[in-house]
Amino acid sequence: MEAAAGSCWAPFPAWWGLVLAALAAGSCQGNSVERKIYIPLNKTAPCVRLLNATHQIGCQSSISGDTGVIHVVEEEEDLKWVLADGPHPPYMILLDGNLFNRRVMMQLKGTSRVSGLAVTMAKPNPPQGFSPGLKCPNDGFGVYSKDYGPEFAHCNRTAWNPVGNGLSYEDFDFPIFLLEDANETQVIKQCYQDHNVPRGGSGPEYPLCAMQLFSHMHAVTSTVTCMRRSSLQSTFSINPEVVCDPLLDYNVWSTLQPINSSGKVDPEKEVIIVATRIDSHSFFWNIAPGAESAVSSFVTHLAAAEALHKVSDVHLLQRNIMFTFFQGETFDYIGSSRMVYDMEKDKFPLRLDNIHSFVELNQVALRNGSILWMHTDPVSRMNKSVEVQVRNLLHILSNSSMGANVSLQEVGYSQPLPPSSFQRFLRARHIPGVVLTDHQAAFQNRYYQSMYDTPENIRMQYPEGLSPEETLEYVTDTAKSLAEVATVVARALYQLAGGANNTSAIQADPKTVSRMLYGFLIKMNNSWFQSIIKPDLKGILGDVPQHYVAVSSPVNTTYLVQYVLANLTGTVVNLTKEECLNPEKTPNSEKEMYEYFWVQGSLDPNATSRVPYCVRSSVHLSKALSPAFELRQWGSTEYSTWTESRWKEIRARIFLVASKELEIITLVVGIAILIISLLATYFINAKADVLFSIPRDSGAVAY
Amino acid sequence: MFVGRETATAPLCGKSRHRKRAFFWLVSLLLASLVWFVSVRLSDRGDAALQRGLLGFGAAVSVLLQELFRFAYFKLLKKADEGLATISEDGRSPISLRQMAYVSGLSFGIISGVFSVINILADSIGPGTVGIHGDSPYYFITSAFLTMALVLLHTFWGVIFFDACEKRRYGCLGLVVASHLLTSGLTFLNPRYAASLGPIFIITLCTGLWAFVTAGGSFRSLLKCLSCKQEDDSRVMTYSALRVPCED
Repeated sequence: MEAAAGSCWAPFPAWWGLVLAALAAGSCQGNSVERKIYIPLNKTAPCVRLLNATHQIGCQSSISGDTGVIHVVEEEEDLKWVLADGPHPPYMILLDGNLFNRRVMMQLKGTSRVSGLAVTMAKPNPPQGFSPGLKCPNDGFGVYSKDYGPEFAHCNRTAWNPVGNGLSYEDFDFPIFLLEDANETQVIKQCYQDHNVPRGGSGPEYPLCAMQLFSHMHAVTSTVTCMRRSSLQSTFSINPEVVCDPLLDYNVWSTLQPINSSGKVDPEKEVIIVATRIDSHSFFWNIAPGAESAVSSFVTHLAAAEALHKVSDVHLLQRNIMFTFFQGETFDYIGSSRMVYDMEKDKFPLRLDNIHSFVELNQVALRNGSILWMHTDPVSRMNKSVEVQVRNLLHILSNSSMGANVSLQEVGYSQPLPPSSFQRFLRARHIPGVVLTDHQAAFQNRYYQSMYDTPENIRMQYPEGLSPEETLEYVTDTAKSLAEVATVVARALYQLAGGANNTSAIQADPKTVSRMLYGFLIKMNNSWFQSIIKPDLKGILGDVPQHYVAVSSPVNTTYLVQYVLANLTGTVVNLTKEECLNPEKTPNSEKEMYEYFWVQGSLDPNATSRVPYCVRSSVHLSKALSPAFELRQWGSTEYSTWTESRWKEIRARIFLVASKELEIITLVVGIAILIISLLATYFINAKADVLFSIPRDSGAVAY
Repeated sequence: MFVGRETATAPLCGKSRHRKRAFFWLVSLLLASLVWFVSVRLSDRGDAALQRGLLGFGAAVSVLLQELFRFAYFKLLKKADEGLATISEDGRSPISLRQMAYVSGLSFGIISGVFSVINILADSIGPGTVGIHGDSPYYFITSAFLTMALVLLHTFWGVIFFDACEKRRYGCLGLVVASHLLTSGLTFLNPRYAASLGPIFIITLCTGLWAFVTAGGSFRSLLKCLSCKQEDDSRVMTYSALRVPCED
């Protein structure tokens, strides 16, 4: 009997194991009941939470997602249903892109009847412009403050971005998603039409179409709070739960005459810095096409660098030229403030004393009548020596534009500098410099730092019916215009650097500009980019290019700018793969002066494999992390303190919801049946010997 | 002492029989799903009518395998019963065949119900209900009722099946298998719930009455049970009256 007792428990684990397997099957994704209930929305972009020293901006959802009945808002009148009339709050609004403005958003922010928002992109772009950035970008982190040019501080004199509504810098407590795919938007609208439209005068009946958005952010309040919590976790916990990450990446810099990147440049040697930014931002995470605000300027810069490197007597020039591409400038000048900090603390090969002058390119694609404006800082020009050098700089620039289809004009004394990396350098030293833009006062760009800053914004047009290869090689008018600007800049730089020869031979190549514009704005995964990157970087060439600085570095944009610059300004050297990847072992490699890249080469039409080769260039990366995080001054007002919150899952789905009455009826019926069955079982069990009369039992009782 | 151990182990072994029976049902389901899976793999995926036919075929194979395993379990229990009878004190096994039949049917029903409904329950926890692709919004509640009918049906079939096997009434056996096949086939009429749930509940009621009669119940015993409180007492008094002289 003991054996039997022992074996009684043997099948127990098997049974429970199988039940658990069934439970697991029920909860795993993609099983058929779940597919009957939910339609996932795959092509969406969330709005995430960013924090700085004092505030949090962006959106937040609850930890198990926010659910609401869908309501499609295409006109302003539809909002009344959501805000007052609708009988089934909270609502999840599907907002037409044209209504995504400050007035509507502030109305939605103030009410508790809204549990989330899904925005569609307006096609075509809103004609009146749309910019969720600030009217005065990077205010307080530039050079103008109450101590320096107070009349220019806080955009008193010139509002640079008058279209800006500041939506990106508001804090919303409900999730906001962008619906990128028009087909998914149509599915949602169809569901709304089928179930949610009010019929007659009364509200719609259950079941109703609903949407659930998940975008729970872990960080709260400000950078100070979240970094403090993260550092506590990292110090004391075995499994640290970091809640936010600083925005960081790398600046790309290169010099015309190679310098020792680990040493220090001679203080007598003068350098001219050319700078552009390579990042942008929009309301939604990782949506930052940045055509006019970033790409136009750094593509022009790259073309000018290529043109200068082709000049024969660069090694004879009196002054060196440093081509710098700053990352993170959108968020209070992360890259340029870090470079200035490194220069001051002697961590960079150059020092601020080495800088002879500064030329910056900012938003140069939307020139009005071929005029390019030269902005200078009126406050520093009050110094005589600086004024002389600035005059010289402006004169050289004007001279260089002779013969080109660019006319350079000076902006008057009454105007300050626009938001630019040059302002951070001015904070440290009064360097003579100029910022070249296509706008005189307010931006020409009506979609500054928005999702509408697309190739259409800079008037890039391709004829119909071209294959990707043909589109890559086609030279647009925008490319020609940017190439002219690059030519002017290259010639001016040559003369500034002390070049004596005729500059008419210096020409930027429109074909290169066109290919770069295609690669950085339309399709990163093209044959040219594929041929100039490292073999193991193939995976980074994704679909639509975005130029957000992000927290994991380096981002695609930084990699590509680095490799494009290496390709345009470097030389091909005859080294094998091992020698190229380990240049310190090769004699005469001058490891400190040059960087060696092993690139995979182009694919011949007939061949199936690529022919890789080694490129030697003077392109280097320097870390672009705000000094506030190096110094652990998380509440700093001097350096950028932007961080991005962490999150676990971000997804969206739609489904039908049943009425509360049906749910309660189901529950009550279930409980009633349970109780009845328990009672019946007890009753039958108690009276079993009477109900199921077994003849021999009466015999036993009579015993 | 020996009797005490027997009675102590008897309810325990009843529970183990539950689990063993449930295990048998699971094995039958595993085999049936294997048959269906192999047949789907070998067939043309695109042909919807063929896939539906294969599903019906799979369901029929599953029903037949379940009944086969029920029969196999009956044989196993008969052997165990004889074993228990030989080692018990009074030559009779502690559990009657009827009890075994009931427990067998109930455990088959419970595990079958759990398997049917656990997947649906897990997805009903979320905020959504079925219907966005056009399915009926009453999916959950009808699934629950269907599962209840299935559990009850398995219990009744167990009782009838064991009785039929014991008394070698193969006609009743065939009728049980046929009604199982019919119930399984009726579920293919979903989501026309009136056409599928109605007949299934009628079948449940009829099978329940049949099982009640097979187990020994009758209309008279039901009436007796509803008014039988005094009779019990008198029988007990008689027993105690008989016992008292023995203690002298």
